[in-house]
Amino acid sequence: MSTVFASPHAHGARPVGQVMLLVMLALLPATLNGFWRFGWPAILLWITTLLSCLLAEALCRRLAGQPVRSALADGSAALTGWLLAMSLPPWAPWWIGAVGGAFAIIVCKHAFGGLGQNLFNPAMAARVMLLISFPVEMTRWIAPRPLGSDGAPGFASALDITFGAGVPDGLSSASVLDHIKIEAARGVDIAQSLGDSFEPVMASLGDRAGSLGETGALLLAAGGIFLIARRVIGARIPLAFLLGVAVPAACANLLAPQAYLPPMAHLLTGGVMLGAFFIATDYVTSPSTPLGQWIFGAGCGLLTWIIRTWGAYPEGIAFAILLMNAATPLIDHYTRPRIFGRRRDGRSLAPQER
Amino acid sequence: MGTPNISSHPPLLTRLRRHLAQWGTHPDGRKHPAAGTTVTPVPLPPQLRLPLSQHIGAPARPVVQAGDRVLRGQLLAEAQGNISAPIHAPTSGLITGIGEVPIPHPSGLGAPAILLEPDGLDEGVSLTETDPFSLTPAEIARRVAAAGVVGMGGATFPAAVKLSLGRNNPIPTLILNGGECEPYLSCDDRLMQERPGEVVDGALIIARAVGARQILIGVESNKPEAIAALRETARVHPEIRVEAVPSRYPMGSEKQLIAWLTGREVPSEGRSADVGVVVQNVGTAAAIHRAIRFGEPLTRRIVTVAGGAIRTPRNLEVRIGTPVSALIEFCGGFTQPPARLVMGGPMMGLAIHSTDIPVIKGSGGLLALTAAETAQSDAEAACIRCGSCVNACPIGLLPLEMAARIRAGDLAASADIGLKDCIACGTCSFVCPSRIPLVQYFNHAKGELASRERNRMKQAAIRELVEARSARMEREAREKAEAAARRKAERERAKAEAAARAQEEHTA
Repeated sequence: MSTVFASPHAHGARPVGQVMLLVMLALLPATLNGFWRFGWPAILLWITTLLSCLLAEALCRRLAGQPVRSALADGSAALTGWLLAMSLPPWAPWWIGAVGGAFAIIVCKHAFGGLGQNLFNPAMAARVMLLISFPVEMTRWIAPRPLGSDGAPGFASALDITFGAGVPDGLSSASVLDHIKIEAARGVDIAQSLGDSFEPVMASLGDRAGSLGETGALLLAAGGIFLIARRVIGARIPLAFLLGVAVPAACANLLAPQAYLPPMAHLLTGGVMLGAFFIATDYVTSPSTPLGQWIFGAGCGLLTWIIRTWGAYPEGIAFAILLMNAATPLIDHYTRPRIFGRRRDGRSLAPQER
Repeated sequence: MGTPNISSHPPLLTRLRRHLAQWGTHPDGRKHPAAGTTVTPVPLPPQLRLPLSQHIGAPARPVVQAGDRVLRGQLLAEAQGNISAPIHAPTSGLITGIGEVPIPHPSGLGAPAILLEPDGLDEGVSLTETDPFSLTPAEIARRVAAAGVVGMGGATFPAAVKLSLGRNNPIPTLILNGGECEPYLSCDDRLMQERPGEVVDGALIIARAVGARQILIGVESNKPEAIAALRETARVHPEIRVEAVPSRYPMGSEKQLIAWLTGREVPSEGRSADVGVVVQNVGTAAAIHRAIRFGEPLTRRIVTVAGGAIRTPRNLEVRIGTPVSALIEFCGGFTQPPARLVMGGPMMGLAIHSTDIPVIKGSGGLLALTAAETAQSDAEAACIRCGSCVNACPIGLLPLEMAARIRAGDLAASADIGLKDCIACGTCSFVCPSRIPLVQYFNHAKGELASRERNRMKQAAIRELVEARSARMEREAREKAEAAARRKAERERAKAEAAARAQEEHTA
């Protein structure tokens, strides 16, 4: 007796591994920009984080008795590591990347049941764990020192920064959001503190202190638009996210420009673009219903703005996304699409008279 | 409810709704080269096998026996009950018996069929031509039923049942389904191109039967020649509109086509007549045209033979009952051993395991697919909740959630979130990057739930019987005991009376 084949007898989707590759391709320009701006230490940290994730994935799969090679081939572990590295301070010591990567894969992914089962985005959960546990290392920002420029560390001194003594004294600098928060706490007018720390065009290309990969806001946005065009991700979550940040920011800024940042400053600083296009759109941890995706994106954006504006932390992307991750099952439950031929409450449509 | 607006410029709202409708998928059409070939008749095979069940409903009952000589068009098996269809001889010849043959069925099991050995003369019974418009609607439905016409798009629902829907209450709109959204298939395309007159005349006859005032013919935009041919033929009939619909799977699904053309949604627990529409396939219309105008029963159909393993893919006119091996041979055989033989389209068709299986009334295609075409080597991976299936589902279901519940064994929960509404189109499986056979889960769950329901009803019936029996036994026992007690009391009384009398006598 031959095998029974069920329909359909054709197939039309790209496999998971290809999806992950496309996401990495979209991340590449912003990543290379980060490498160039922050130099060798950033490259070393990125490699360490990725390796840590891949090793942790291989370990977990082996413990679960699954084939290791095919597990690594789907690319999801590498992508998690990549995203985590993008959100780290570029000159952070190697163990930040290593601990974060292992935590992301082992605790945030496999403890929940592996690929597709995790409630929280592993990269963001790991970042928050690192931020809470190692606040000093996680908030030591560096002004960009492009590769080959004066003051950029060579490969040898980069090894020392990442694997040895750490960031030399006197090199750290504040990120835009840090700066604003500190100045605001001192009672300095927002417009004034923003004016001397933020220059939109250069900042959005990555010429500012910040995480390894999130400073090139425009490059990230371009990568995100590429993903939408290739139908790897939907437009709903990113769009809702950006609106969720921009709309309240614009309203508040209109009412009290001295106390609230303008929307463009919100959109182009910190990790908004990385969060909106690459992290909030994580399939596993975001809703799958159309309305749910709008709600999820808007919630991420709004929470980000709230945390940035009134929270103790200068940046709120990771917290906002984790909070909305937690709400995802609930959102999915309450936003099921209307079924064809039925009313929203599930009852069948009535026959029309003829 | 009036007739829907069918002008070439639908209202803005309808256009907007159409634009926002994102359901479905765009599979690679692969209609060529078969779609470019004219329909060619296949020579008669040495034996025709005519399964008694080629339609939805009760199997037909044979009225011939082994040794009978029959003529083309002669009744071989009559319909049983309201939902059934008769079967006629596709050619003249000798009935050699009624036996089990392999049939296209998911079980892979055989079924009884009438075996006919053609004598090569192809003699027909004499047919009478009729003007359809001199017939009453009821008479049209009766003749269509007698001709054994069933839904030719694959559903094989007896066509006459739908024609009777308008008997008490006319149905204002007839839609002819020329969508043919399955990849590879082009049998309807060729029919509309080569015989638009049959399709249009069939449509007018159906419209008369159901009382429809307007006729919409929906054809996917990837068939411009068919659209042009139909428009040309239908030009003299102002009530007919040929509409190009987007080439998107499953546009040929009845509910989706109705929604696209009229903006109306068929109620989940209703049918298309509830929104004033009746839908027939273009092939069915042509069959009805022949049945009514010439009295010719349904004994042949157009079949697309295609797939990467077929040497010369083409469209064939096939007598019902011809084994698929004859079709493959006529198309030059295989270029390589096919990975899968499919009857029907690749999205909803049935994998078959034998080339002895005959073509039946609902077989629109025979595909010999290579391993590359079926992508069968890809193993199922974990669901990454990408939501592709949610976006693609034409019904608005959440296939990933339903599958998760079925996997967990909670079939009732999957029914709660819409399993009953699944039309099994397979779009979700097609778009799944993890290659999860979603539609297979759903078909399994539907079957399992149905069998549980049957079981439950059986159990309830048994319980009722048992309870009735024990109640009866109790009652009988009680009655017996009461009777015994009565008799005993009687005896005692008699005894007592006798004793009393004896006493009296004694004292006296």
